[in-house]
Amino acid sequence: MNSSVRLIFLFFGLLFLQVFILNNIHFLGHINPYLYIAFVFLYPLKESRIPFLFYTFLLGIGVDFFSDSGGIHTFSILIIAYARLFFVKLYFRKIATDYAFFKLKSEPFGKRFNYVVTLTLIHHLIYFSFANFSLQNFSEVILNTLFSSIFTLILYFLGSYIFTKIE
Amino acid sequence: MQQIIYFFQKFKYFLFFLVLEFIALFLIFNNLSFHKSKFVNSANSITGGLYSQSSNISEYFGLKEENKLLAKENTRLRNLLAKSSANLGTKDSIILDTINFNQKYVFTTAKIINNNYAKDFNFITIDKGENQGIQKEMAVINSRGVIGITDNTTNNYARVQSILNKNSKINARLKNSNYFGSLGWDGKDYNTVQLSDIPRQAPLKIGDTIETGGKSTIFPEGILIGTISEINKGNSADNKVNVTLFNDMSNLGYVHIIKNFDRIEINQLEAQNE
Repeated sequence: MNSSVRLIFLFFGLLFLQVFILNNIHFLGHINPYLYIAFVFLYPLKESRIPFLFYTFLLGIGVDFFSDSGGIHTFSILIIAYARLFFVKLYFRKIATDYAFFKLKSEPFGKRFNYVVTLTLIHHLIYFSFANFSLQNFSEVILNTLFSSIFTLILYFLGSYIFTKIE
Repeated sequence: MQQIIYFFQKFKYFLFFLVLEFIALFLIFNNLSFHKSKFVNSANSITGGLYSQSSNISEYFGLKEENKLLAKENTRLRNLLAKSSANLGTKDSIILDTINFNQKYVFTTAKIINNNYAKDFNFITIDKGENQGIQKEMAVINSRGVIGITDNTTNNYARVQSILNKNSKINARLKNSNYFGSLGWDGKDYNTVQLSDIPRQAPLKIGDTIETGGKSTIFPEGILIGTISEINKGNSADNKVNVTLFNDMSNLGYVHIIKNFDRIEINQLEAQNE
């Protein structure tokens, strides 16, 4: 399939999956997965990062529109979108010439796991800190971050396992 | 000049990132204050339309519950009607003066199409807007009690600041005495809200009913809220009382929106004194 068509499907698929299904899960009262950040993992690495940052901005603001959260989702997804390259360099030891051939699913599972877990934790920590919006209840922020991250990661790895083509 | 261009060239991704982050921060702070007009909310035609589509499907699952609620409310209103006509019977005559017609409130029905209750700042979206006469700062209730205050409207949808929002402040009082305080939420349990600033001499008992106080221009007097479930009398200066809501905020269907005709007049009068 054409890669830009695939990205459009990915964008709207993740947006609607998040706002209509995952936002209403409320597991054990208040734990929700935030799977829309998979967009950041799955968007191909390119030399120019302006379109990528702009699309993540649009995705974040789309989720914000639906969940009435101001710009919290936008803020936190932009941070991991910007920090993505740093972690790619750190975990996979890639340089600029490798970007065109970089594929997340062809990397070994251990490295991929570290990469996804780090970005998810950063995103969730920032998201819940802003959702809390005070310095009180910090333990709750940490707990929410942990539980939601576990939920998101399980869904992400299950999803990537299901949607990977067996060759 | 060359230096500046070089600087922009070198840091263009970071600068673009910063610009987008500042937009996001601006939206976050804008969303937290009640009185500013907001751009990002679920009461616009796209998100509102999609939410009403999805609630059209999901509302079938709650029809039975909704019918029971309606029947209960009808019984309550019939009882009130019976009481008031009994009172009227003791008077000599009923004054019917159409010129001095003095209706203070008007009610509109709306359906909740999106409901949040698990966050710290929760909002609800309803399917009525300016075209149906809904404006900013109107009371939203249902048969079991208070739900929130409208805060943003578009042509066909409105967003409601739920009482389960850390910014929410509602004037409330004890039903059996006239001591009043303000009702807020600490963001923990969606069944429990907190009544604060209540005078120390007020007689409080677990199980006492709390209702709206009528000291604001938004809520009429005497709308039910909940019952006292915990009293922290200790040494703390703020006398906080936990109130268990009558409403199950996680399961809401249809609501009433109350418009107060005297609101503008009262607000003008109060503005003169300042």
